[in-house]
Amino acid sequence: MTATATEPGRIRAKVRPADRTFFISAIAAGGLILVALAAVAVFLIAESAPAFVGDVSAMNGDPANFWVYVAPLAFGTVWSAFLALLFALPLSIGIALFISHYAPRRVAQGLGYVIDLLAAVPSVVFGLWGIKVLAPAIVPIYDWLNQYLGWLPFFAGQVDRTGRTILTVAIVLAVMIIPIITSLCREIFLQTPKLHEEAALALGATRWEMIRMAVLPFGRPGIISAAMLGLGRALGETMVVAMLLSPALVISFVLTSGQNPSTIAGNIALNFPEAHGIAVNALIATGLVLFVITLVVNSVARWVIARRAAFSGAN
Amino acid sequence: MAVATASRRTAVPNRLTHGRLPKWAPWTILIGCWAVMSAIVGLVGAASGAAGFDIALAIFLGQILFLVAIWVIAYLVEGGRQAKDRFVTGLVATAFVIALLPLVSLAYTVVVNGAARFDVAFFTESMRNVVGEGGGALHAIVGTLIITGLAALISVPVGLLTAVYLVEYGRGWLARAITFFVDVMTGIPSIVAGLFAFAMFALITGNAGYRSGIGGAIALSLLMIPVVVRSSEEMLRIVPNELREASYALGVPKYATILRIVIPTAIAGIATGVTIAIARVIGETAPLLIVAGFTTSMNYDPFSGRMSTLPVFVYTQYMNPGADLAAYTERAWAGALVLILIVMVLNLVARLIAKLFAPKTGR
Repeated sequence: MTATATEPGRIRAKVRPADRTFFISAIAAGGLILVALAAVAVFLIAESAPAFVGDVSAMNGDPANFWVYVAPLAFGTVWSAFLALLFALPLSIGIALFISHYAPRRVAQGLGYVIDLLAAVPSVVFGLWGIKVLAPAIVPIYDWLNQYLGWLPFFAGQVDRTGRTILTVAIVLAVMIIPIITSLCREIFLQTPKLHEEAALALGATRWEMIRMAVLPFGRPGIISAAMLGLGRALGETMVVAMLLSPALVISFVLTSGQNPSTIAGNIALNFPEAHGIAVNALIATGLVLFVITLVVNSVARWVIARRAAFSGAN
Repeated sequence: MAVATASRRTAVPNRLTHGRLPKWAPWTILIGCWAVMSAIVGLVGAASGAAGFDIALAIFLGQILFLVAIWVIAYLVEGGRQAKDRFVTGLVATAFVIALLPLVSLAYTVVVNGAARFDVAFFTESMRNVVGEGGGALHAIVGTLIITGLAALISVPVGLLTAVYLVEYGRGWLARAITFFVDVMTGIPSIVAGLFAFAMFALITGNAGYRSGIGGAIALSLLMIPVVVRSSEEMLRIVPNELREASYALGVPKYATILRIVIPTAIAGIATGVTIAIARVIGETAPLLIVAGFTTSMNYDPFSGRMSTLPVFVYTQYMNPGADLAAYTERAWAGALVLILIVMVLNLVARLIAKLFAPKTGR
């Protein structure tokens, strides 16, 4: 565009200094993003390198080496995020369908804003709410689960009296990722070709049959990627875990006991302010592990979206 | 006319609406189910000597009963397919109401608990030398404004120029790489951004316990830039090409076209996106806890010393209380209330900007 056409006979645009400066500053800004990401990788690796090879036995739980230290944390991260997604995904699809296909059209947009309000609440406020409101209120339900479903490994053992368990964390995380998944699903459901929907209705389908035959098949890749993006958010969420859980470095599937695996992010937030020496390096190294996990999850999500763009015949 | 149609309806039953539940039926069944379950819960509660009436349990059981009842009744009157449709309608509406519960509960709790310390002292005093009651969050509010302001100062030019590059100039591998890495940046967990800022400043300054406001601003801008790029890019892309071509045809150079035509057309959307990005990062706690730390005193200098921010203030007040527990918890709630108010105002401002400054369309 900027006067690179040199073939004879074509008129070349005049190159103005202001044009050049503007182009260079635009490209510099783009380049700065690449540099920043490279810097993230370089500095994180540089600061965490000592922990990978060094002695981290000074950390909480006296781990033999770094990988022993990070394993229960990584488990807790994935486990709590998975649980959150388990609650959030069906609800989000329901809410998105309600807004896109069930609610009266005049109020639908307003309802969307209401759900978006949930996304605006800072995570530290969710943490306070989880401790003060949700955890005490949910103990009777845990008691009930423990009494009648205690034979399942998930609800076995002693119920934690404070209600501050991994299941409570997962519920708060679910509330936090619902708006993200909902808004993405809503966009996708609204993109369903109107002709598909009308064709289904014209053939006598009920509203649910129309949704099952036209909307959901069209939106499936979108739902999957929305779920993955929500999962990525839940993996990195820090404050709720740090505030709610009194962590134990264990790998445990029990949902209602006082022995809960912490997550990488929560562990960093709890220990970083007082950490010194190799502990700082070890915590940064766990952060690097978290970064890799979220990167993998998000990449899969992007890949699904890209594949859909390539094969979608709807446009 | 009306009389004629009415009389015809009564005379010849409309076959299209035959065998269908009337419109009021689902609502009546819903209220009926709630009433039945309230009665049962109340009776069982009274029989077992429980003190209060558990309204949440009653509504919950009533909702389940409703889903069963609407299916059975619709199955008997309308057939299996309609029954399933009504069942799903009930389920979807329930999902929406369930999502509203935490929002309502959260807003209520924060307002009720936060009102206790939502006073003048909270906005005019810091926590210096305060160990029990009293004190305020002025240091944290100032810190939040400084750090978020700096983050915006870094991210808005970088994000906007990147968006301009992607839309107006971007071709080939560099544009693809930037798009890809902006996506990667969107997924960076906030605490990792904090760790990065800490690692960078700790390595550069050689101070292993480095804390400062500018580190927090860097961490926040890492989270903010992708949001700004994404929203500005979208807004620049919907500026019609005819405007650019008309400008070029008049001999206006490219930079002037972008500055005078493209950006002014999209400015409402861009401003909205920036405001929403600020609202998103102003509530971030984890990165600031890592790299900006916390203090009880005022600190106006982002380049030296720890700097408190409002979210970290809420966190530390709750997590490290002194002897007078209630005073600390009350301050935490008041901080949460202020934080939510700020975020709500920013979101409202964003919507107002979008509405007021939207470009005039031709028709």
